[in-house]
Amino acid sequence: MTLALFLEQLLNGLQFGVMLFLMAAGLTLIFGVMGLINLAHGSLYMVGAFACAVVAAWTGSFWLGLVASMAAAAAAGAIIELAVIRRLYARDHLDQVLATFALILIMSEGTRWLFGSVPLYLDIPPLLQGTVPLPGGSRYQLYRLAIIGVGVAVAVGLYLLISKTRLGMRIRAGENDREMIAALGVDVATLYTLVFALGAALAGLAGAMVGAIQSVQVGMGEPVLILAFVVIVIGGIGSIRGALIGAVLVGVTDTMGRFLLPQMLTLFLPPSQAALIGGAVASMLIYLLMAVVLAVRPRGLFPAQA
Amino acid sequence: MKKILAATVLGLSLGLSAQAFAEPVKVGMITTLSGGGAGLGIDVRDGFMLAVKNAGASDLEVVIEDDAQKPEIAVQLADKMIQSDKVDILTGIIWSNLAMAVVPSVTAQGKFYLSPNAGPSPLAGAQCHENYFNVAWQNDNLHEAMGAYANDAGYKKTFIMAPNYPAGTDALAGFKRFFTGELAGEVYTQLGQTDYAAEIAQIRASGADSMFFFLPGGMGIAFMKQYAQSDVGIPAMGPAFSFSQDILGAVGEAALGVKNSSQWNKDIDNEANKKFVETFQAEYGRLPSLYASQGYDTANLIISAMGKASVSDADAFRAALKAAEFASVRGDFKFGNNNHPIQDIYVREVVKEGDVITNKIVATAFEDHQDAYAAQCGM
Repeated sequence: MTLALFLEQLLNGLQFGVMLFLMAAGLTLIFGVMGLINLAHGSLYMVGAFACAVVAAWTGSFWLGLVASMAAAAAAGAIIELAVIRRLYARDHLDQVLATFALILIMSEGTRWLFGSVPLYLDIPPLLQGTVPLPGGSRYQLYRLAIIGVGVAVAVGLYLLISKTRLGMRIRAGENDREMIAALGVDVATLYTLVFALGAALAGLAGAMVGAIQSVQVGMGEPVLILAFVVIVIGGIGSIRGALIGAVLVGVTDTMGRFLLPQMLTLFLPPSQAALIGGAVASMLIYLLMAVVLAVRPRGLFPAQA
Repeated sequence: MKKILAATVLGLSLGLSAQAFAEPVKVGMITTLSGGGAGLGIDVRDGFMLAVKNAGASDLEVVIEDDAQKPEIAVQLADKMIQSDKVDILTGIIWSNLAMAVVPSVTAQGKFYLSPNAGPSPLAGAQCHENYFNVAWQNDNLHEAMGAYANDAGYKKTFIMAPNYPAGTDALAGFKRFFTGELAGEVYTQLGQTDYAAEIAQIRASGADSMFFFLPGGMGIAFMKQYAQSDVGIPAMGPAFSFSQDILGAVGEAALGVKNSSQWNKDIDNEANKKFVETFQAEYGRLPSLYASQGYDTANLIISAMGKASVSDADAFRAALKAAEFASVRGDFKFGNNNHPIQDIYVREVVKEGDVITNKIVATAFEDHQDAYAAQCGM
């Protein structure tokens, strides 16, 4: 194995991690601030991807599609919050899980009804097509580098928003004691709608960016949602910093596992056996990681509050 | 005396065939109509229904359900179709992991199963069954043809890749059975995987002179798009499943010139195929894929058997199926001892015809090819 290959795989892991972060950030914010388990977060990811595909096909511009993806997901998030989620804050987690699971079914069937079951395909914008050279003679896809860049920018933006702005102060206060900030005259209902729409917009952005390298289809959000839950459990529920570290850990572990495990097993096994078993074990690796983290730190790496 | 005898024989045969036609047949089709594998199931369904329509077979009733590419749903649907819909024949399954979950229990309950796509190796070998007919191919067949082609093309070091499920392991086993060169790497991906960055990095670093991959449906589309974007520069090849008509439209020009193997193509010159391609385009407004051809042949096989025997007489109906007296769109077609096809397999090239990206046959890889597992089948 060469250094160039290792570096390329590391970037692949980072890109995957950053994409998971965009999902996990919204999920963890919503859970941290409102105490709500939102299973429908994956559907917002799907809404973003479809909005981008439709607007990009209609206008011919991926960039307009990207804007549309965030707008559509944020709007969908706000509508869901106002219509359904608002009634669930006082209820226990089982009711929330049931209601948001129902939302998954409604949004998936709605999308299937509108766009059909066959996947749509988005093209990478011309500006970001092609590859750039990496040290060691390998090449890396420019678009994936751009995803890493967007993810880092979002992480920095969220950090500034939460630690430096008035809205961020309210979000942090809401995490700590929501009755108290309500008593102090903060409009908690609007705050919740805003946070929900922000989380939804990030999920929509992730869906649109990933849609261009994979495919846009009904049900695309659920596999990512499961991983995003793994990320926030590892990172500590409610913590943005935990979501970032957890996402990168999961992304790198998954990519490196898929790549290194079969190679390690070739030391003991014939190649096709090693590839088969290595591939199967690699797909469990992130769950093993989660189990280990929970055994050592039951509240995750960076628990938000006591 | 002679005249009377002839009249009696005629009368009997007329009476018999009229009786066979009088009994309607109910077919349960379990196929993939949603998600990344939907293109395959939609083509099998459309090909099947086109054959029913072309034949005017009004006594053939078809119940269609979507398995969403999930084994547990397929098993439930099979139970439902057998117990409450009372179907006589099941068909439609695309994916070998679903076929392995459904077929043995269907045949054990005395129903017929006709596979329009999946052909996992256990069902061709030790677990073959008299009520299971494969109208497509045994899984290894098309990959075997590409292994032989890679030798002819002078490739010495090939990187091979397939999803980790029964058809994926069959695929790589089939390729390796005929390929005599060295392997630059062997990778199994997850079924339904949509991001291939890690695999593409390994292909790039492997020093291979060629790359063979089996990724049907949405997996193939996602991989080919990402591969083309990554400037790897190693020529790709694969079975027809990686370059079928349902994939080429989405992949676009990145696939031009690629070689792939198939038992069918739209330019095979026979009357049945001409009618199939023409009526399929007229009916659905798109070119058929090999999956559609397999669905079409499956329906015509059933219709041919219905003309000869009543489905309630299982032995006679089975013999009628096995005779395979229908006009296959791929030309010569017959069943081997294990009820799997013995057929020709071709090498195709992806070309552009006008605005449409499609395949044309450039060589014959195998003539009257039979699968490697037939000897393990006790029939």
